[in-house]
Amino acid sequence: MTILVIADYATDSQGNKVLASATLNTVAAASRIGGDIHVLVAGAFVGAVAEAAAAIEGVSKVLVADNPAYAHQLPENVAPLVTGLVIEQLAIYSHVLACATSNGKNILPRVAAALDVDQISEIITVESADTFKRPIYAGNAIATVQSSAAVKVISVRATGFDPVAAVGGSAIIEALATAHDAGISSFVSEELAKSDRPELTAAKIVVSGGRGMQNGDNFKYLYALADKLGAGVGASRAAVDAGFVPNDMQVGQTGKIVAPQLYIAVGISGAIQHLAGMKDSKIIVAINKDEEAPIFQVADYGLVADLFEAVPELEQAL
Amino acid sequence: MKVLVAVKRVVDFNVKVRVKADQSGIDLANVKMALNPFCEIAVEEAVRLKEQGIASEVVVVSVGPVAAQEQLRTALALGADRAILIEHNEELSALAIAKLFKAVVDREQPQLVILGKQAIDSDNNQTGQMLAALSGFAQGTFASKVTLAGDTLNVTREIDSGMQTVALRLPAIVTTDLRLNEPRYASLPNIMKAKKKPLETLTPADLGVNTASTVTVLKVEAPATRSAGIKVKSVAELVEKLKNEAKVI
Repeated sequence: MTILVIADYATDSQGNKVLASATLNTVAAASRIGGDIHVLVAGAFVGAVAEAAAAIEGVSKVLVADNPAYAHQLPENVAPLVTGLVIEQLAIYSHVLACATSNGKNILPRVAAALDVDQISEIITVESADTFKRPIYAGNAIATVQSSAAVKVISVRATGFDPVAAVGGSAIIEALATAHDAGISSFVSEELAKSDRPELTAAKIVVSGGRGMQNGDNFKYLYALADKLGAGVGASRAAVDAGFVPNDMQVGQTGKIVAPQLYIAVGISGAIQHLAGMKDSKIIVAINKDEEAPIFQVADYGLVADLFEAVPELEQAL
Repeated sequence: MKVLVAVKRVVDFNVKVRVKADQSGIDLANVKMALNPFCEIAVEEAVRLKEQGIASEVVVVSVGPVAAQEQLRTALALGADRAILIEHNEELSALAIAKLFKAVVDREQPQLVILGKQAIDSDNNQTGQMLAALSGFAQGTFASKVTLAGDTLNVTREIDSGMQTVALRLPAIVTTDLRLNEPRYASLPNIMKAKKKPLETLTPADLGVNTASTVTVLKVEAPATRSAGIKVKSVAELVEKLKNEAKVI
Protein backbone atom coordinates (compact mmCIF):
# COMPACT_ATOMS: atom_id res chain seq x y z
CA MET A 1 0.00 0.00 0.00
CA THR A 2 1.44 3.36 -1.04
CA ILE A 3 -0.09 6.75 -0.42
CA LEU A 4 0.44 9.71 -2.70
CA VAL A 5 0.28 13.04 -0.88
CA ILE A 6 -0.06 16.20 -2.98
CA ALA A 7 2.13 18.83 -1.29
CA ASP A 8 0.86 22.38 -0.93
CA TYR A 9 3.10 25.42 -0.77
CA ALA A 10 2.77 29.17 -0.59
CA THR A 11 4.84 32.17 -1.55
CA ASP A 12 6.25 34.06 1.44
CA SER A 13 6.73 37.81 1.75
CA GLN A 14 10.23 37.52 0.20
CA GLY A 15 8.80 35.74 -2.83
CA ASN A 16 10.18 32.34 -1.83
CA LYS A 17 8.08 29.21 -2.20
CA VAL A 18 7.70 27.45 1.11
CA LEU A 19 6.07 24.15 1.94
CA ALA A 20 2.64 24.75 3.51
CA SER A 21 2.45 23.51 7.08
CA ALA A 22 -0.83 21.71 6.24
CA THR A 23 1.29 19.27 4.23
CA LEU A 24 2.76 18.02 7.53
CA ASN A 25 -0.73 17.34 8.90
CA THR A 26 -1.67 15.57 5.67
CA VAL A 27 1.43 13.34 5.88
CA ALA A 28 0.38 12.65 9.50
CA ALA A 29 -3.01 11.42 8.21
CA ALA A 30 -1.16 9.28 5.63
CA SER A 31 0.94 7.69 8.38
CA ARG A 32 -2.23 6.84 10.27
CA ILE A 33 -3.47 4.98 7.17
CA GLY A 34 -0.12 3.17 6.99
CA GLY A 35 2.15 2.20 4.11
CA ASP A 36 4.77 3.93 2.01
CA ILE A 37 4.31 7.67 1.64
CA HIS A 38 5.21 9.49 -1.59
CA VAL A 39 4.85 13.27 -1.85
CA LEU A 40 4.18 15.04 -5.14
CA VAL A 41 5.42 18.60 -5.58
CA ALA A 42 4.04 20.23 -8.73
CA GLY A 43 4.96 23.76 -9.76
CA ALA A 44 7.58 25.91 -11.41
CA PHE A 45 10.90 26.46 -9.64
CA VAL A 46 9.89 24.32 -6.70
CA GLY A 47 13.28 22.74 -5.94
CA ALA A 48 13.34 24.18 -2.42
CA VAL A 49 9.82 22.88 -1.73
CA ALA A 50 10.86 19.42 -2.93
CA GLU A 51 13.87 19.46 -0.61
CA ALA A 52 11.67 20.49 2.30
CA ALA A 53 9.25 17.68 1.41
CA ALA A 54 12.12 15.15 1.32
CA ALA A 55 13.01 16.11 4.89
CA ILE A 56 9.50 15.37 6.24
CA GLU A 57 9.46 12.53 8.73
CA GLY A 58 8.08 9.30 7.24
CA VAL A 59 8.20 10.23 3.55
CA SER A 60 10.04 7.68 1.38
CA LYS A 61 9.93 9.39 -2.01
CA VAL A 62 9.33 12.87 -3.39
CA LEU A 63 8.15 13.23 -6.99
CA VAL A 64 8.87 16.65 -8.45
CA ALA A 65 7.10 17.96 -11.53
CA ASP A 66 8.92 21.23 -12.10
CA ASN A 67 7.45 22.79 -15.20
CA PRO A 68 5.93 26.17 -16.16
CA ALA A 69 2.62 24.37 -16.85
CA TYR A 70 2.28 23.67 -13.12
CA ALA A 71 3.04 27.20 -11.95
CA HIS A 72 0.43 28.50 -9.49
CA GLN A 73 -0.90 24.93 -9.26
CA LEU A 74 -3.48 25.46 -11.99
CA PRO A 75 -5.92 22.56 -11.47
CA GLU A 76 -6.53 22.03 -15.21
CA ASN A 77 -2.85 21.07 -15.53
CA VAL A 78 -1.98 19.57 -12.13
CA ALA A 79 -5.00 17.23 -11.92
CA PRO A 80 -4.05 15.32 -15.13
CA LEU A 81 -0.51 14.97 -13.74
CA VAL A 82 -1.85 13.32 -10.57
CA THR A 83 -4.36 11.20 -12.48
CA GLY A 84 -1.61 10.08 -14.86
CA LEU A 85 0.61 9.01 -11.96
CA VAL A 86 -2.18 7.00 -10.37
CA ILE A 87 -3.25 5.31 -13.60
CA GLU A 88 0.32 4.49 -14.60
CA GLN A 89 0.96 2.99 -11.21
CA LEU A 90 -2.46 1.63 -10.39
CA ALA A 91 -0.94 -1.33 -8.62
CA ILE A 92 0.98 1.06 -6.38
CA TYR A 93 -1.20 3.90 -5.17
CA SER A 94 -4.04 2.96 -2.84
CA HIS A 95 -4.76 6.52 -1.65
CA VAL A 96 -4.33 10.05 -2.94
CA LEU A 97 -4.34 12.69 -0.19
CA ALA A 98 -4.33 16.46 -0.38
CA CYS A 99 -4.57 19.20 2.22
CA ALA A 100 -7.99 20.84 2.51
CA THR A 101 -6.40 24.18 1.58
CA SER A 102 -7.59 26.38 -1.26
CA ASN A 103 -5.15 24.61 -3.60
CA GLY A 104 -6.05 21.11 -2.42
CA LYS A 105 -9.78 21.82 -2.65
CA ASN A 106 -9.27 23.21 -6.14
CA ILE A 107 -7.26 20.30 -7.53
CA LEU A 108 -8.42 17.12 -5.78
CA PRO A 109 -12.06 16.79 -7.00
CA ARG A 110 -10.76 17.02 -10.59
CA VAL A 111 -8.49 14.07 -9.82
CA ALA A 112 -11.32 12.05 -8.26
CA ALA A 113 -13.70 12.71 -11.18
CA ALA A 114 -11.03 11.79 -13.75
CA LEU A 115 -10.40 8.54 -11.86
CA ASP A 116 -14.19 7.97 -11.63
CA VAL A 117 -14.13 7.61 -7.83
CA ASP A 118 -15.88 9.54 -5.09
CA GLN A 119 -13.83 11.93 -3.00
CA ILE A 120 -14.01 12.05 0.78
CA SER A 121 -13.58 15.67 1.88
CA GLU A 122 -11.93 17.03 5.02
CA ILE A 123 -11.37 13.92 7.11
CA ILE A 124 -10.59 14.54 10.79
CA THR A 125 -9.74 10.98 11.84
CA VAL A 126 -8.51 7.78 10.22
CA GLU A 127 -10.45 4.79 11.61
CA SER A 128 -8.83 2.29 9.24
CA ALA A 129 -7.36 2.28 5.73
CA ASP A 130 -10.86 2.61 4.25
CA THR A 131 -12.89 4.28 7.01
CA PHE A 132 -12.73 7.92 8.05
CA LYS A 133 -14.61 10.52 10.05
CA ARG A 134 -15.55 13.89 8.60
CA PRO A 135 -17.67 16.80 9.83
CA ILE A 136 -20.88 17.71 8.00
CA TYR A 137 -23.45 20.48 8.59
CA ALA A 138 -20.78 22.96 9.71
CA GLY A 139 -19.45 20.44 12.22
CA ASN A 140 -22.84 19.92 13.86
CA ALA A 141 -22.61 16.24 12.94
CA ILE A 142 -19.73 13.84 12.37
CA ALA A 143 -20.13 11.20 9.66
CA THR A 144 -18.17 7.95 9.62
CA VAL A 145 -17.72 6.95 5.98
CA GLN A 146 -16.24 3.91 4.30
CA SER A 147 -14.82 3.82 0.80
CA SER A 148 -14.77 0.78 -1.48
CA ALA A 149 -12.92 2.63 -4.25
CA ALA A 150 -9.74 1.04 -5.63
CA VAL A 151 -8.02 4.38 -5.14
CA LYS A 152 -9.25 6.43 -2.21
CA VAL A 153 -9.16 10.16 -2.90
CA ILE A 154 -9.22 12.14 0.35
CA SER A 155 -8.71 15.70 1.50
CA VAL A 156 -7.41 16.20 5.03
CA ARG A 157 -8.48 18.87 7.51
CA ALA A 158 -5.22 19.95 9.14
CA THR A 159 -6.70 20.51 12.59
CA GLY A 160 -7.61 16.82 12.85
CA PHE A 161 -4.00 15.62 12.82
CA ASP A 162 -0.92 16.74 14.75
CA PRO A 163 1.80 17.55 12.21
CA VAL A 164 4.68 15.14 11.67
CA ALA A 165 8.20 16.52 12.11
CA ALA A 166 9.35 18.74 9.25
CA VAL A 167 12.88 17.40 9.56
CA GLY A 168 14.54 14.05 10.10
CA GLY A 169 13.38 12.33 6.93
CA SER A 170 15.62 11.59 3.96
CA ALA A 171 13.37 10.70 1.04
CA ILE A 172 14.77 10.19 -2.43
CA ILE A 173 13.79 12.90 -4.92
CA GLU A 174 12.67 11.82 -8.37
CA ALA A 175 12.07 14.32 -11.17
CA LEU A 176 9.05 13.79 -13.40
CA ALA A 177 9.48 14.79 -17.03
CA THR A 178 5.80 14.88 -17.98
CA ALA A 179 4.14 18.22 -18.61
CA HIS A 180 0.38 18.49 -18.95
CA ASP A 181 -0.75 21.83 -20.30
CA ALA A 182 -4.47 21.79 -21.02
CA GLY A 183 -4.14 25.29 -22.48
CA ILE A 184 -7.55 26.36 -21.19
CA SER A 185 -6.52 28.45 -18.19
CA SER A 186 -3.77 30.82 -17.21
CA PHE A 187 -2.62 32.75 -14.19
CA VAL A 188 -3.16 36.52 -14.37
CA SER A 189 -2.26 38.03 -11.01
CA GLU A 190 -2.21 37.59 -7.29
CA GLU A 191 -2.76 39.95 -4.38
CA LEU A 192 -1.18 38.29 -1.41
CA ALA A 193 -1.83 39.36 2.13
CA LYS A 194 1.34 40.84 3.60
CA SER A 195 1.74 39.97 7.22
CA ASP A 196 4.63 39.26 9.53
CA ARG A 197 2.30 37.54 11.96
CA PRO A 198 1.99 33.75 12.08
CA GLU A 199 -0.22 32.15 9.45
CA LEU A 200 -3.70 31.59 10.95
CA THR A 201 -3.94 27.84 10.49
CA ALA A 202 -0.47 27.25 11.98
CA ALA A 203 -0.54 29.84 14.80
CA LYS A 204 -0.49 28.61 18.42
CA ILE A 205 -2.58 31.61 19.46
CA VAL A 206 -5.26 33.32 17.35
CA VAL A 207 -6.98 36.61 18.13
CA SER A 208 -10.14 37.21 16.06
CA GLY A 209 -12.43 40.18 15.72
CA GLY A 210 -16.08 40.37 14.71
CA ARG A 211 -18.73 42.91 13.93
CA GLY A 212 -18.16 44.45 17.37
CA MET A 213 -14.86 45.88 16.11
CA GLN A 214 -17.03 48.46 14.26
CA ASN A 215 -14.43 49.22 11.56
CA GLY A 216 -11.15 48.06 10.06
CA ASP A 217 -9.10 50.71 11.80
CA ASN A 218 -10.10 49.33 15.20
CA PHE A 219 -8.38 46.04 14.33
CA LYS A 220 -5.21 47.87 15.42
CA TYR A 221 -6.16 46.94 19.00
CA LEU A 222 -6.16 43.27 18.02
CA TYR A 223 -2.89 43.58 16.08
CA ALA A 224 -1.23 45.12 19.14
CA LEU A 225 -2.54 42.32 21.35
CA ALA A 226 -1.54 39.69 18.79
CA ASP A 227 1.99 41.04 18.54
CA LYS A 228 2.38 40.80 22.32
CA LEU A 229 1.24 37.16 22.17
CA GLY A 230 2.95 36.16 18.92
CA ALA A 231 -0.54 35.39 17.63
CA GLY A 232 -2.21 35.26 14.22
CA VAL A 233 -5.21 37.52 13.60
CA GLY A 234 -8.53 36.26 12.25
CA ALA A 235 -12.03 37.59 11.77
CA SER A 236 -15.64 36.48 11.62
CA ARG A 237 -17.56 36.50 8.35
CA ALA A 238 -19.45 39.59 9.55
CA ALA A 239 -16.19 41.53 9.85
CA VAL A 240 -14.99 40.40 6.41
CA ASP A 241 -18.34 41.05 4.71
CA ALA A 242 -18.41 44.53 6.25
CA GLY A 243 -15.04 45.17 4.60
CA PHE A 244 -13.13 45.62 7.88
CA VAL A 245 -10.45 43.11 6.86
CA PRO A 246 -9.60 40.93 3.83
CA ASN A 247 -11.15 37.54 3.12
CA ASP A 248 -8.02 35.56 3.91
CA MET A 249 -8.61 36.35 7.59
CA GLN A 250 -12.03 34.68 7.75
CA VAL A 251 -12.40 31.86 10.26
CA GLY A 252 -15.45 29.62 9.90
CA GLN A 253 -17.33 26.93 8.00
CA THR A 254 -16.38 28.40 4.66
CA GLY A 255 -13.20 30.20 5.69
CA LYS A 256 -10.22 28.85 7.57
CA ILE A 257 -10.49 26.11 10.14
CA VAL A 258 -8.21 26.73 13.11
CA ALA A 259 -7.53 24.85 16.34
CA PRO A 260 -4.86 26.79 18.23
CA GLN A 261 -3.86 26.38 21.87
CA LEU A 262 -5.62 29.66 22.62
CA TYR A 263 -8.38 31.40 20.61
CA ILE A 264 -9.45 34.85 21.72
CA ALA A 265 -12.78 35.92 20.17
CA VAL A 266 -13.31 39.65 20.43
CA GLY A 267 -16.66 41.23 19.58
CA ILE A 268 -17.80 38.00 17.91
CA SER A 269 -21.34 36.83 18.66
CA GLY A 270 -20.64 33.18 17.79
CA ALA A 271 -22.83 32.11 14.86
CA ILE A 272 -22.67 28.33 14.25
CA GLN A 273 -20.81 29.02 11.00
CA HIS A 274 -18.04 30.76 12.96
CA LEU A 275 -17.95 28.13 15.70
CA ALA A 276 -17.41 25.52 12.96
CA GLY A 277 -14.05 27.12 12.27
CA MET A 278 -12.69 27.38 15.80
CA LYS A 279 -14.50 25.18 18.30
CA ASP A 280 -11.70 22.61 18.40
CA SER A 281 -9.33 25.20 19.87
CA LYS A 282 -7.82 24.05 23.19
CA ILE A 283 -8.79 27.14 25.18
CA ILE A 284 -11.37 29.68 24.01
CA VAL A 285 -11.64 33.17 25.46
CA ALA A 286 -14.58 35.40 24.55
CA ILE A 287 -14.70 39.14 25.10
CA ASN A 288 -18.10 40.61 24.32
CA LYS A 289 -20.31 43.22 25.91
CA ASP A 290 -23.45 41.17 25.23
CA GLU A 291 -23.57 38.57 27.96
CA GLU A 292 -26.19 36.60 25.99
CA ALA A 293 -23.85 36.14 22.99
CA PRO A 294 -23.71 32.45 21.95
CA ILE A 295 -19.89 32.59 21.91
CA PHE A 296 -19.98 32.38 25.73
CA GLN A 297 -21.54 28.90 25.44
CA VAL A 298 -18.29 27.52 24.05
CA ALA A 299 -15.81 29.80 25.82
CA ASP A 300 -13.63 28.47 28.64
CA TYR A 301 -13.22 32.01 29.91
CA GLY A 302 -15.76 34.70 29.15
CA LEU A 303 -15.35 38.37 29.90
CA VAL A 304 -18.43 40.56 29.58
CA ALA A 305 -16.88 43.92 28.84
CA ASP A 306 -16.46 46.71 26.33
CA LEU A 307 -13.76 45.40 24.02
CA PHE A 308 -12.31 48.88 23.50
CA GLU A 309 -11.44 48.97 27.19
CA ALA A 310 -10.71 45.28 27.76
CA VAL A 311 -8.40 44.63 24.79
CA PRO A 312 -5.92 47.48 25.48
CA GLU A 313 -5.99 46.56 29.17
CA LEU A 314 -5.26 42.93 28.30
CA GLU A 315 -2.40 43.97 26.04
CA GLN A 316 -0.91 46.10 28.84
CA ALA A 317 -1.28 43.30 31.37
CA LEU A 318 0.79 40.84 29.32
CA MET B 1 -24.38 33.06 -24.23
CA LYS B 2 -26.34 30.48 -22.31
CA VAL B 3 -25.61 30.18 -18.58
CA LEU B 4 -26.42 27.06 -16.59
CA VAL B 5 -26.75 27.37 -12.82
CA ALA B 6 -26.82 24.33 -10.55
CA VAL B 7 -28.61 24.66 -7.20
CA LYS B 8 -29.25 22.48 -4.16
CA ARG B 9 -32.09 22.24 -1.65
CA VAL B 10 -30.58 22.17 1.85
CA VAL B 11 -31.55 22.71 5.47
CA ASP B 12 -31.91 26.45 6.10
CA PHE B 13 -28.64 27.90 7.41
CA ASN B 14 -30.34 29.14 10.61
CA VAL B 15 -31.49 25.68 11.66
CA LYS B 16 -29.50 23.87 14.33
CA VAL B 17 -29.65 20.31 13.03
CA ARG B 18 -30.07 17.20 15.18
CA VAL B 19 -28.66 13.76 14.61
CA LYS B 20 -31.21 10.91 14.47
CA ALA B 21 -31.26 8.64 17.52
CA ASP B 22 -30.32 5.60 15.42
CA GLN B 23 -27.27 7.47 14.02
CA SER B 24 -28.47 6.91 10.45
CA GLY B 25 -28.32 10.59 9.54
CA ILE B 26 -29.75 14.01 10.27
CA ASP B 27 -33.36 14.42 11.36
CA LEU B 28 -34.93 16.34 8.48
CA ALA B 29 -38.58 15.88 9.50
CA ASN B 30 -40.36 19.25 9.70
CA VAL B 31 -37.12 21.17 9.23
CA LYS B 32 -37.14 24.38 7.21
CA MET B 33 -35.46 23.87 3.83
CA ALA B 34 -33.98 26.56 1.59
CA LEU B 35 -31.82 27.26 -1.41
CA ASN B 36 -28.16 26.67 -0.46
CA PRO B 37 -26.72 30.19 0.19
CA PHE B 38 -23.83 29.73 -2.25
CA CYS B 39 -26.29 28.58 -4.93
CA GLU B 40 -28.34 31.73 -4.36
CA ILE B 41 -25.21 33.75 -5.10
CA ALA B 42 -24.71 31.65 -8.26
CA VAL B 43 -28.25 32.42 -9.47
CA GLU B 44 -27.77 36.14 -8.72
CA GLU B 45 -24.52 36.24 -10.72
CA ALA B 46 -26.16 34.59 -13.73
CA VAL B 47 -29.14 36.96 -13.57
CA ARG B 48 -26.78 39.95 -13.42
CA LEU B 49 -24.97 38.63 -16.52
CA LYS B 50 -28.34 38.52 -18.24
CA GLU B 51 -29.20 42.04 -17.12
CA GLN B 52 -25.86 43.22 -18.53
CA GLY B 53 -26.77 41.66 -21.87
CA ILE B 54 -23.99 39.07 -21.59
CA ALA B 55 -26.15 36.03 -20.87
CA SER B 56 -28.94 35.25 -23.32
CA GLU B 57 -30.65 32.63 -21.20
CA VAL B 58 -30.29 31.40 -17.61
CA VAL B 59 -31.19 27.75 -17.06
CA VAL B 60 -31.27 26.43 -13.51
CA VAL B 61 -30.88 22.74 -12.65
CA SER B 62 -31.15 20.75 -9.45
CA VAL B 63 -30.95 17.12 -8.37
CA GLY B 64 -33.33 16.24 -5.58
CA PRO B 65 -36.81 15.16 -4.50
CA VAL B 66 -40.04 16.61 -5.97
CA ALA B 67 -39.94 19.23 -3.21
CA ALA B 68 -36.76 20.70 -4.74
CA GLN B 69 -39.19 22.34 -7.20
CA GLU B 70 -39.61 24.98 -4.46
CA GLN B 71 -35.94 25.96 -4.70
CA LEU B 72 -36.08 25.93 -8.51
CA ARG B 73 -39.12 28.24 -8.34
CA THR B 74 -37.12 30.50 -6.01
CA ALA B 75 -34.35 30.65 -8.62
CA LEU B 76 -36.93 31.40 -11.33
CA ALA B 77 -38.35 34.19 -9.15
CA LEU B 78 -34.84 35.64 -8.83
CA GLY B 79 -34.70 35.85 -12.63
CA ALA B 80 -33.73 32.47 -14.14
CA ASP B 81 -35.63 31.66 -17.35
CA ARG B 82 -36.37 27.96 -17.02
CA ALA B 83 -35.65 25.05 -14.74
CA ILE B 84 -34.75 21.38 -14.88
CA LEU B 85 -35.30 19.03 -11.95
CA ILE B 86 -33.48 15.72 -12.04
CA GLU B 87 -35.72 13.87 -9.64
CA HIS B 88 -34.06 11.53 -7.18
CA ASN B 89 -35.03 10.88 -3.59
CA GLU B 90 -31.88 9.48 -2.04
CA GLU B 91 -28.81 11.52 -1.29
CA LEU B 92 -26.21 11.17 -4.05
CA SER B 93 -22.45 11.60 -3.99
CA ALA B 94 -20.92 14.71 -5.52
CA LEU B 95 -19.50 12.59 -8.34
CA ALA B 96 -22.95 11.22 -9.24
CA ILE B 97 -24.39 14.75 -9.18
CA ALA B 98 -21.51 15.99 -11.37
CA LYS B 99 -22.24 13.19 -13.87
CA LEU B 100 -25.91 14.21 -14.01
CA PHE B 101 -24.92 17.85 -14.54
CA LYS B 102 -22.47 16.75 -17.25
CA ALA B 103 -25.37 15.09 -19.09
CA VAL B 104 -27.31 18.37 -18.83
CA VAL B 105 -24.25 20.32 -20.07
CA ASP B 106 -24.10 17.99 -23.11
CA ARG B 107 -27.78 18.65 -23.79
CA GLU B 108 -27.86 22.39 -23.13
CA GLN B 109 -24.36 23.37 -24.34
CA PRO B 110 -23.93 26.35 -21.99
CA GLN B 111 -20.88 28.58 -22.29
CA LEU B 112 -20.76 29.11 -18.56
CA VAL B 113 -21.86 26.97 -15.62
CA ILE B 114 -22.11 28.61 -12.18
CA LEU B 115 -22.38 26.57 -8.98
CA GLY B 116 -22.02 27.30 -5.28
CA LYS B 117 -18.58 26.39 -3.95
CA GLN B 118 -20.11 24.05 -1.40
CA ALA B 119 -23.43 22.96 0.01
CA ILE B 120 -23.85 23.79 3.68
CA ASP B 121 -25.17 20.30 4.48
CA SER B 122 -22.58 17.91 3.05
CA ASP B 123 -19.76 20.52 3.09
CA ASN B 124 -18.02 18.63 0.27
CA ASN B 125 -16.77 21.42 -2.00
CA GLN B 126 -16.45 18.99 -4.95
CA THR B 127 -19.27 19.19 -7.51
CA GLY B 128 -18.08 22.19 -9.56
CA GLN B 129 -14.54 20.93 -9.86
CA MET B 130 -15.78 17.43 -10.78
CA LEU B 131 -18.13 18.81 -13.43
CA ALA B 132 -15.22 20.81 -14.84
CA ALA B 133 -13.07 17.68 -15.03
CA LEU B 134 -15.82 15.58 -16.66
CA SER B 135 -16.58 18.34 -19.18
CA GLY B 136 -12.94 19.18 -19.86
CA PHE B 137 -13.66 22.81 -18.89
CA ALA B 138 -11.49 25.30 -17.06
CA GLN B 139 -12.61 26.23 -13.55
CA GLY B 140 -12.64 29.38 -11.46
CA THR B 141 -13.45 28.22 -7.93
CA PHE B 142 -14.27 30.36 -4.86
CA ALA B 143 -14.97 33.35 -7.12
CA SER B 144 -15.33 36.85 -5.71
CA LYS B 145 -15.35 38.61 -9.10
CA VAL B 146 -16.17 37.47 -12.63
CA THR B 147 -15.62 39.57 -15.75
CA LEU B 148 -15.91 38.62 -19.39
CA ALA B 149 -13.45 39.92 -22.00
CA GLY B 150 -14.18 38.47 -25.45
CA ASP B 151 -14.18 34.72 -25.02
CA THR B 152 -12.00 34.87 -21.93
CA LEU B 153 -13.47 34.83 -18.45
CA ASN B 154 -11.40 36.50 -15.76
CA VAL B 155 -12.16 35.09 -12.34
CA THR B 156 -10.80 36.53 -9.10
CA ARG B 157 -10.65 33.80 -6.49
CA GLU B 158 -10.52 33.89 -2.70
CA ILE B 159 -7.47 31.80 -1.77
CA ASP B 160 -5.81 31.07 1.60
CA SER B 161 -3.17 33.74 1.13
CA GLY B 162 -5.31 36.48 -0.45
CA MET B 163 -6.77 36.84 -3.94
CA GLN B 164 -5.80 35.27 -7.24
CA THR B 165 -7.04 36.09 -10.72
CA VAL B 166 -7.07 33.48 -13.48
CA ALA B 167 -8.11 33.72 -17.12
CA LEU B 168 -10.32 30.89 -18.37
CA ARG B 169 -11.22 29.92 -21.90
CA LEU B 170 -14.95 29.43 -22.39
CA PRO B 171 -16.87 27.25 -21.85
CA ALA B 172 -15.94 27.34 -18.18
CA ILE B 173 -17.12 26.54 -14.67
CA VAL B 174 -17.34 29.08 -11.86
CA THR B 175 -18.00 28.27 -8.21
CA THR B 176 -19.13 31.13 -6.00
CA ASP B 177 -17.68 32.42 -2.77
CA LEU B 178 -19.55 34.61 -0.29
CA ARG B 179 -18.47 37.97 -1.57
CA LEU B 180 -19.21 37.55 -5.29
CA ASN B 181 -22.48 39.47 -4.88
CA GLU B 182 -25.39 40.08 -2.54
CA PRO B 183 -28.42 38.21 -3.80
CA ARG B 184 -31.61 40.21 -4.25
CA TYR B 185 -34.95 39.38 -2.68
CA ALA B 186 -37.57 38.04 -5.06
CA SER B 187 -40.42 40.50 -5.53
CA LEU B 188 -44.02 39.32 -5.26
CA PRO B 189 -44.76 39.89 -8.99
CA ASN B 190 -41.64 37.90 -9.86
CA ILE B 191 -42.69 35.09 -7.51
CA MET B 192 -46.05 34.98 -9.31
CA LYS B 193 -44.37 35.08 -12.72
CA ALA B 194 -42.01 32.27 -11.72
CA LYS B 195 -44.96 29.91 -11.31
CA LYS B 196 -45.57 30.09 -15.04
CA LYS B 197 -41.97 29.60 -16.14
CA PRO B 198 -41.12 26.18 -17.64
CA LEU B 199 -39.92 23.46 -15.26
CA GLU B 200 -38.91 20.17 -16.84
CA THR B 201 -38.53 16.99 -14.79
CA LEU B 202 -36.06 14.26 -15.72
CA THR B 203 -34.67 11.18 -13.98
CA PRO B 204 -31.08 9.90 -13.82
CA ALA B 205 -32.24 7.05 -16.10
CA ASP B 206 -33.50 9.58 -18.71
CA LEU B 207 -29.97 10.98 -18.78
CA GLY B 208 -28.36 7.53 -18.87
CA VAL B 209 -26.31 8.18 -15.75
CA ASN B 210 -25.29 5.52 -13.24
CA THR B 211 -25.42 7.11 -9.80
CA ALA B 212 -23.75 4.31 -7.81
CA SER B 213 -21.29 5.47 -5.16
CA THR B 214 -18.11 3.97 -3.70
CA VAL B 215 -18.73 5.65 -0.35
CA THR B 216 -21.03 4.31 2.38
CA VAL B 217 -22.05 6.34 5.41
CA LEU B 218 -21.70 3.97 8.38
CA LYS B 219 -23.05 6.35 10.99
CA VAL B 220 -23.68 10.00 11.80
CA GLU B 221 -23.04 11.20 15.36
CA ALA B 222 -23.36 14.43 17.26
CA PRO B 223 -19.96 16.05 17.80
CA ALA B 224 -18.33 16.14 21.21
CA THR B 225 -19.98 19.05 22.94
CA ARG B 226 -18.03 21.86 24.44
CA SER B 227 -19.48 23.16 27.64
CA ALA B 228 -19.41 26.77 28.72
CA GLY B 229 -16.61 27.57 31.12
CA ILE B 230 -16.62 30.39 33.58
CA LYS B 231 -17.12 34.13 33.37
CA VAL B 232 -14.19 36.12 34.68
CA LYS B 233 -14.82 39.47 36.31
CA SER B 234 -11.82 41.40 35.09
CA VAL B 235 -8.91 41.43 32.67
CA ALA B 236 -6.57 40.75 35.60
CA GLU B 237 -8.51 37.60 36.49
CA LEU B 238 -8.45 36.51 32.84
CA VAL B 239 -4.67 36.89 32.63
CA GLU B 240 -4.26 35.00 35.90
CA LYS B 241 -6.42 32.10 34.64
CA LEU B 242 -4.64 31.93 31.27
CA LYS B 243 -1.25 31.88 32.96
CA ASN B 244 -1.85 29.64 35.94
CA GLU B 245 -4.90 27.50 35.16
CA ALA B 246 -4.90 27.02 31.38
CA LYS B 247 -1.13 27.61 31.09
CA VAL B 248 -1.47 28.83 27.49
CA ILE B 249 0.40 32.13 27.80
